[in-house]
Amino acid sequence: MGSFIANLAQIIALCRKEIVALLKDPANRVILVGPALIQSMLFGYAATFDLKYVPYAVLDQSHSAASTDFLSHLEGTGIFRREATLANPHQIGQVIEEGRVLMVVSIPTDFADRLAMGRRAPVQIILDGRNSTTAGAAAGYVNAVTTSFNEARGVASPVTVVRRAWFNPNLDSRWQIMPAMIATLSMLQTLLLAALSVAREREQGTFDQLLVTPLTPLQILVGKAVPSVLVGVMQSTIVLLIVRFWFEIPMAGSLWLFYLGLFSFTGASVGIGMSISALSLNMQQAMLYTFLVIMPLTLLSGLITPVRNMPEVLQVLTYVNPLRFGVDLVRRVYLEGAGLLDVAPDFLPLVVVAGVTLPLAAWLFRHRLA
Amino acid sequence: MNHSAFLTRLIALIRKETRQMLRDRSNLLVGLLLPVGLILLFGYGLSFDVKNAPVAIVMEDTSAAAREAVSGIEGSRYLVPVRTTSMREAEDLLTSGRVDAIVRVPIDFAQAQARGDARIQLILNGIDSTTARSLEAYVGGALGTVSLRRLDRGTGVPGSSGSVEIVQRTWFNEAGISTWYLVPGLVVLIMTLVGAFLTSMLIAREWERGTLEALFVTPVRPLELVLAKLAPYLLVGVVDLAICIVAARVLFQVPIRGSLLAIFLTSVAYLIVSLLLGLFISGITRNQFAASQMALLTSFMPALMLSGFVFDLRNVPLVVKIVSQIVPATHFMGVIKTLFLAGTNWTMVAQSCAIMLGYALLLLALTWRTVRKRLD
Amino acid sequence: MTETPPSVVIEGLSKRFDGPDGKPFEAIDNMSLTIRPGTLAAFVGPDGSGKTTLMRMMAGLLQPDDGSLHVLGIDLAEDPQAVQNRISYMPQRFGLYEDLSVQENLDLYADLHGVPQDVRSERFSRLLAMTDLAHFTGRPAGKLSGGMKQKLGLACTLVRVPDLLLLDEPSVGVDPLSRRDLWEIIKQLIAEEGLSVIVSTAYMDEAGRCDHVFVLNGGRLLAEGTPADLTARAKGLTYVVTPQDGVPARNLQARLIDAPDLVVDAVPAGGRVHFIRQPDSDEARLHALLPDCDPQPRKEELEDAFMLLLHQQDTPGQDASTPPPLASQEIHGPTNGHGEGPVILVRDLVRRFGDFTAVANTSFDVARGEIFGLLGPNGAGKTTTFRMLCGLLPATSGELQVAGVNLRTARSAARARIGYVAQKFALYSNLTVYENLDFFGGAYGLRGARRRKRVEEIICQFELDPSAQSGNLPLGYKQRLAMAAGLLHEPEILFLDEPTSGIDPLARRAFWRTITALAQAGVTVVVTTHFMEEAEYCDRIAIQDAGRLLAIGTPQQVREESGLEGGHMNEAFIAIVEKARAEEGQAQEAA
Repeated sequence: MGSFIANLAQIIALCRKEIVALLKDPANRVILVGPALIQSMLFGYAATFDLKYVPYAVLDQSHSAASTDFLSHLEGTGIFRREATLANPHQIGQVIEEGRVLMVVSIPTDFADRLAMGRRAPVQIILDGRNSTTAGAAAGYVNAVTTSFNEARGVASPVTVVRRAWFNPNLDSRWQIMPAMIATLSMLQTLLLAALSVAREREQGTFDQLLVTPLTPLQILVGKAVPSVLVGVMQSTIVLLIVRFWFEIPMAGSLWLFYLGLFSFTGASVGIGMSISALSLNMQQAMLYTFLVIMPLTLLSGLITPVRNMPEVLQVLTYVNPLRFGVDLVRRVYLEGAGLLDVAPDFLPLVVVAGVTLPLAAWLFRHRLA
Repeated sequence: MNHSAFLTRLIALIRKETRQMLRDRSNLLVGLLLPVGLILLFGYGLSFDVKNAPVAIVMEDTSAAAREAVSGIEGSRYLVPVRTTSMREAEDLLTSGRVDAIVRVPIDFAQAQARGDARIQLILNGIDSTTARSLEAYVGGALGTVSLRRLDRGTGVPGSSGSVEIVQRTWFNEAGISTWYLVPGLVVLIMTLVGAFLTSMLIAREWERGTLEALFVTPVRPLELVLAKLAPYLLVGVVDLAICIVAARVLFQVPIRGSLLAIFLTSVAYLIVSLLLGLFISGITRNQFAASQMALLTSFMPALMLSGFVFDLRNVPLVVKIVSQIVPATHFMGVIKTLFLAGTNWTMVAQSCAIMLGYALLLLALTWRTVRKRLD
Repeated sequence: MTETPPSVVIEGLSKRFDGPDGKPFEAIDNMSLTIRPGTLAAFVGPDGSGKTTLMRMMAGLLQPDDGSLHVLGIDLAEDPQAVQNRISYMPQRFGLYEDLSVQENLDLYADLHGVPQDVRSERFSRLLAMTDLAHFTGRPAGKLSGGMKQKLGLACTLVRVPDLLLLDEPSVGVDPLSRRDLWEIIKQLIAEEGLSVIVSTAYMDEAGRCDHVFVLNGGRLLAEGTPADLTARAKGLTYVVTPQDGVPARNLQARLIDAPDLVVDAVPAGGRVHFIRQPDSDEARLHALLPDCDPQPRKEELEDAFMLLLHQQDTPGQDASTPPPLASQEIHGPTNGHGEGPVILVRDLVRRFGDFTAVANTSFDVARGEIFGLLGPNGAGKTTTFRMLCGLLPATSGELQVAGVNLRTARSAARARIGYVAQKFALYSNLTVYENLDFFGGAYGLRGARRRKRVEEIICQFELDPSAQSGNLPLGYKQRLAMAAGLLHEPEILFLDEPTSGIDPLARRAFWRTITALAQAGVTVVVTTHFMEEAEYCDRIAIQDAGRLLAIGTPQQVREESGLEGGHMNEAFIAIVEKARAEEGQAQEAA
């Protein structure tokens, strides 16, 4: 018991040193809080796939009451904003290519006649496919408007699809991205922080000083990992507060499960960071390796594009990516209100990654030769 | 000024930078391996295009009409129907993430259809709203094909009024493949990367290692130092550009509709700006750690998030929009996507090159000041 | 032909910097001096005396705040580039491009200086021959030893014949052999090319070789003159005294240095003690200090004059020089009893890196309470041996015991018995003195009230300011803090890796005073050093070169072995290493 307390006291001394060293520098304090704050605000506004308005141009060759009616329906949604009215088809190329409009609505000369005859009247929309995701969304809006236009004219489509989206009723992409940012933003810095923790001491020569004290590798590991995990969870909390109270995305799940998930996820990230750190001889190497690791971790996490859309091989690779499970866990607990049993499969890989990388780092402390 | 002495010194410095670059393995790692890795990841790994998405089908009405209504889903190349026996089962599948959507045909479907008020319920998992939106369109389309067939069959009976039908054409990317716009955007990211991570270390490293002090007390002029650091990395950037173009064309079949010359010109113009930005960061921070942090936050992240790479800039609030216009990558992003997918538009090329020239001159002047041969 | 202007004319020169405490301080304070052309001039002074600042200003790298500075007759404020085109400057840390080869580094500087191709090959072969680097032209500069790097730096500086050569502490961290080579090159160039050279140095023997010496302290010019003029200032004040049998010279030295009102300075030398008495000291009290000893006058040296000058000027705030009053206090020695037998035992120790043997078949013992010195040129294997002793590096083969265990495999508690002071005094630079000590106390398992008490004791003992940020401390204080951290837990054995590197003579005296006190209290001390005169403080020393142990014994025995009995330790060291290298060469030829 006494030795346990002595053990703990040594770890606490190391933790305290790490935290004091980190927080002492005012620049560090800014670096720990500033980027998380700014990035979550910026991405909250910038990182969205939703079109709030679609700039478009009209080529109305029909010049009829029917075409005007159709166009006013379009503009009545408030989404479509007419940027130009074209006189002939040759102008289409120019307005699209310059990026002035996302879409051109072209109404042919026989539009009104066909409608009057009870036939199908085609309206052509030309989309700028340089961002096909945006183009697809715009097309979706036009289709919805057209359906309602037809219904208003008394032509009910044979089957109506009634949509209901669970967990995100308006299919707002901010709801998709921002909760995932709670995990992602903190990982970027936590990983670097952990990666630099040992590398910095090696470079400055203090690591030798640490190794000749009676501290065991395990104690050094715990003493260095705990502050990094705390910083990570602190940053996650900042993002969480912004997501919840600034962007007002409702949280469905339990807070304790959410934090349990965050701690496991941050633990796994810190494990990777510490292993990088123990492998690196200096800070430059540590930063480089971290960057090489962060890229695939972020891109293959399902943060922006779903894991299911990836080729099989890459999907298998994502099993070692803590961010994949971190993002999934955070999203599901936050938006779905998933319970512990639902997200248990996400915990397993996180625990395995932490369980492998942390002891590996501890072993490398002494066995990585200069 | 003696031109031949200037050239001798410049060549000597370029030779030195080139040798250092080639001998430092980490440079090759970031300069060549990382771009190749990114190309493969973006080309194969990232896609917004839904393929074979599992959709649970709940047939509460088993009539022929109901079966016909959902038959379109089986024919869709985007969707894979998963038959379920109860709504409960389907809901379980949805919450556990094994299906992405539920299509529910209500028990009174056939009667409702006879009344002309048929409804099919589509339940989506909104956690991934992008996929959900695509699915909505695909399911709607799949169900619609049946309706259209019915309508066509019934063309002999003209309705009281006709209906508007949308004929969609997507220019530049007819099939709407996301890889087509991700890969040209990747050129921007890689050009940014070379600048942000390779050059941001360069001057800082010389300050840290103390090599500048001895160099300063020679006839070397500050401009020579800056130019010499630019040259070899410009070459790395051009090699990366070539890799990107070849990979885009050969591996991912992305069309290159613009002229290669225009692509080369705009890319090199942006590359110079990117390299100078890296050098400038390096010169003001004077230490590698701060330089890499600043490069990440001020050059790479904005290029990724604010340049219109994935996220359309039309939707952002004014403040963010202004910020995005300050980011050089934004201007390059627009041009390079056009050059790849739309074709050569010399007005845009000239405009972009002019903007880059402005940035380059500004950054060159600023960087120049940071190596003005003084220690205090 | 017009008369050559003076190399350097300085008038009323001042330069201010922001100090660590945020307040400005005068790095150069209203200084005026003139250096004649064609001479070898030296700046000497303790750390922070302004040597480097002055050098950098002469190179046009720093702008003066006040006063004027003319180099080669050109006003630096007006046209620094014109000066930089004509001078060559070797900064303290000559920044070689470590990933470029020796030849590529030379080519780069030759191109930058616009050396024509036709004179280049002749110049290069001469420089390479002088620096002994001819065989290594293809080797990356980063793979050279410290001494070779310094020689290459000098060669790069001298790719063309400059009108003025500035050398800022060219021999810091360089072993005696390389130091001697460097000076031979400089001397040769002066003789053959009539070079004007300005050098700054912390070594008095180097200053002694110059034509004119400027003594700086606290940004002011303390004295100037030829070495002979300056040396004469100590005339009649220098003595040598032999300790009684059985008393280590360092104990007598400690007693002398603890009486600053009588004695300016004292150092052990060849089993005896050299000291300088205060000019107005009381004869009787001096004799009382040296009972049964008979001080003999000795010939004064430049170092004596230097110490005298600095002490006369002694200003408060410069007290890194005054030793911590350890002698007057109770030293906390090891808490466990004094056992018999060696504390450190090394048998047939070998360490290889790939096919390179860093340490070959080394055996030695260190007895309890002994001060054991590990000496050798750069890259001799000292640091490798040292790291193996501390358990930081596994041995390839051989036996190794420290306090009865191998620290690499021993339980961590065993490490509580040793203290360690790393090279360059590695400490957490953004923590305060107190926070550093508090942390190391915790790491060594001290807890609660005991830790607080111990930290306060040691802060008091080493006269540290607990709230000072350790990264901002002057080097001498950093060294004290590192020592304090290594002694917090009252270890039995203290390991010190180059604890005096870069430290000026005043702070080095203080350091050794502390070590002497520790040894008196029974602590075993293992120390590596570049300063050969420091071997005199050791009970026994071992000399290593190329991984092999060349000599081991008391300083006196080692001197005898070298065949230079009365000589300076420096010469004894050079003789031993050269003899061994010659034998090695012969053996290779025979094979």
